[in-house]
Amino acid sequence: MKAAASQVVSVLVTLLGLLALTFFMGRMLPIDPVIAIIGEQAEPETYDMVKAQLGLDKPIYVQFGVFIRDMMTGEFGNALFTGNSVAHDIKRVFPATIELATVAIIFGVGLGVPFGMLAAVYRGSVLDHVARFIGLLGYSSPTFWLGLMGLILFYASLGWVGGPGRLDVVFLDMVDTRTGLLLVDALLAGEAEVFWNAFSHIILPASILGYASMAYISRMTRSFMLEQLGQEYIVAARVKGMSRWRVVWRHAFRNILVQLITVIALAYAFLLEGAVLTETVFAWPGFGRYLTSGLLAGDMNAVLACVLIIGIIFVGLNLLSDVLYRLLDPRTR
Amino acid sequence: MSGYLRAWLTAEVTTSPRHANVQRFYFGWLRLRANPLALIGLAILLSLVVVAILAPVIVPVGPNDQDLTRRLLPPSAAHWLGTDELGRDLFARVVYGSRITLYMSCLVAVIAAPIGLAVGTTAGYFGGWTDTVLMRINDIFLSFPPLILALGFVAALGSGIENAVIAIALTAWPPIARLARAETLTIRASDYIAAVRVQGASPRRIILKHIVPMCVPSVVVRITLNMAGIILTAAGLGFLGLGAQPPMPEWGAILSTGRQYMLGAWWIAAIPGLAILLTSLAFNLFGDGLRDVLDPRSE
Repeated sequence: MKAAASQVVSVLVTLLGLLALTFFMGRMLPIDPVIAIIGEQAEPETYDMVKAQLGLDKPIYVQFGVFIRDMMTGEFGNALFTGNSVAHDIKRVFPATIELATVAIIFGVGLGVPFGMLAAVYRGSVLDHVARFIGLLGYSSPTFWLGLMGLILFYASLGWVGGPGRLDVVFLDMVDTRTGLLLVDALLAGEAEVFWNAFSHIILPASILGYASMAYISRMTRSFMLEQLGQEYIVAARVKGMSRWRVVWRHAFRNILVQLITVIALAYAFLLEGAVLTETVFAWPGFGRYLTSGLLAGDMNAVLACVLIIGIIFVGLNLLSDVLYRLLDPRTR
Repeated sequence: MSGYLRAWLTAEVTTSPRHANVQRFYFGWLRLRANPLALIGLAILLSLVVVAILAPVIVPVGPNDQDLTRRLLPPSAAHWLGTDELGRDLFARVVYGSRITLYMSCLVAVIAAPIGLAVGTTAGYFGGWTDTVLMRINDIFLSFPPLILALGFVAALGSGIENAVIAIALTAWPPIARLARAETLTIRASDYIAAVRVQGASPRRIILKHIVPMCVPSVVVRITLNMAGIILTAAGLGFLGLGAQPPMPEWGAILSTGRQYMLGAWWIAAIPGLAILLTSLAFNLFGDGLRDVLDPRSE
């Protein structure tokens, strides 16, 4: 109980810190925001009036209070480059990123876990080295470059996958938006053709985005498995006559499940970072692309809101993985 | 190597602190030498440094010399890696680009390491409220993915190499501070620190003269391992148009312009990306080897 209370306090303090850091970022601007609006030649009275309207005449702690209130109630202001409120924009673009990240994590887990298991069971073999090298490449590759090369090879040359964007132009707006996840919406509407088109568009960006998380997941799986396989109970089970893979699945794998879940939660959080670059390359109308468009347009309202939201999601997923660990691992009770 | 030198390097009893240091370094090198992947990484990094220094000797043309009659040429004997949309030699641009990448990543390391060391050792040495407050701030920086935080800072500061370096350094110090703090906590309790304190040394002197030097090796390893990520972040900022600005031959920025000519002239985008991959891979390989040398338990 005491641990839970201190966790809550710690999360609240972190959230306050996130807010303070984004507030500080907004104040670092080298240009005077008032002059940016009214221009250099304006009368001093106009200057004072606009300054008061922006709330910049108040003491800094009052401004910070107003900032916290606005952020907590979702009043992120208007995005100048879209003309909508930032909150509205984010609601619109978020599902696209969730869809991309979810397909990516399925890819990362689906390949990363078996790779890591095999590498651990056949430790030191060719397979282990190959898996390690593929992982290292995943850590070292610039995702935006992989994306471009993937587009050249699989889209332009081979024509195996769909191009940039979420759908071919002819399929746009063919299904109603219910969840915002195109794959799900297409299935709900029973439009198989739309589903396959959306699938052909998402498969390349998702697998490239998932590659780095696959590297991370397989490395962690390998080290967790090695730790288990070195334990005496494994030897005991083998001596008893159990087959190698039965021991691996029934005993070792079950014991690493909890650790694995926390790793996957963290990997999902890091996908948000990769999404910024992947979405830019694939013209994917999601959160990351919204953030970079805001950056290039110099729109601080949009940028600060996005940075803050990603920070909150990051903290949230960290917390979630902590809580899951406590709930699932009987030793921590 | 002469027999005498080897005997001195492998002597069982060292005769001076310098002897001990050299010997530790030599044994480390022997262990590193046994790791072929780490050696490959080191070789790539060293050749990169040589290429960066000797850039004007290696390529006869400058990175910004245009020849509009020779636009978008594929790789050939005259232009090893082809030419770009303004007829600039891509090989020259990639070679000169290594200077920018090394410059940016070294600058980040030089800024981030001292900040991390200062914060970490101070927090670890004083403990109590100082520790709580400093580590809280540290946690807040750690609760953003590095690229996102760097993007936020660049948005506030404006784009350009210097601002990109500051932004990346602001995201690179927290892991170092955390490491330095952990090291300090173990050092703080040791007898020699108590002895210096009894002699009347000020906390400042203890931290600077007796704790910081002990933290330096692990900080160096950590920075080397993080370098791969730093390079990817810098290239990512360049790619988004927020780091180095054209016509600077920064790899990420070249890639970004190459994107428009991707279907006709794949090499403009492909080659700088390969250079980024190779550099970041080299840092990962070398850093892994270095970690094995300095901490044999990690395997």
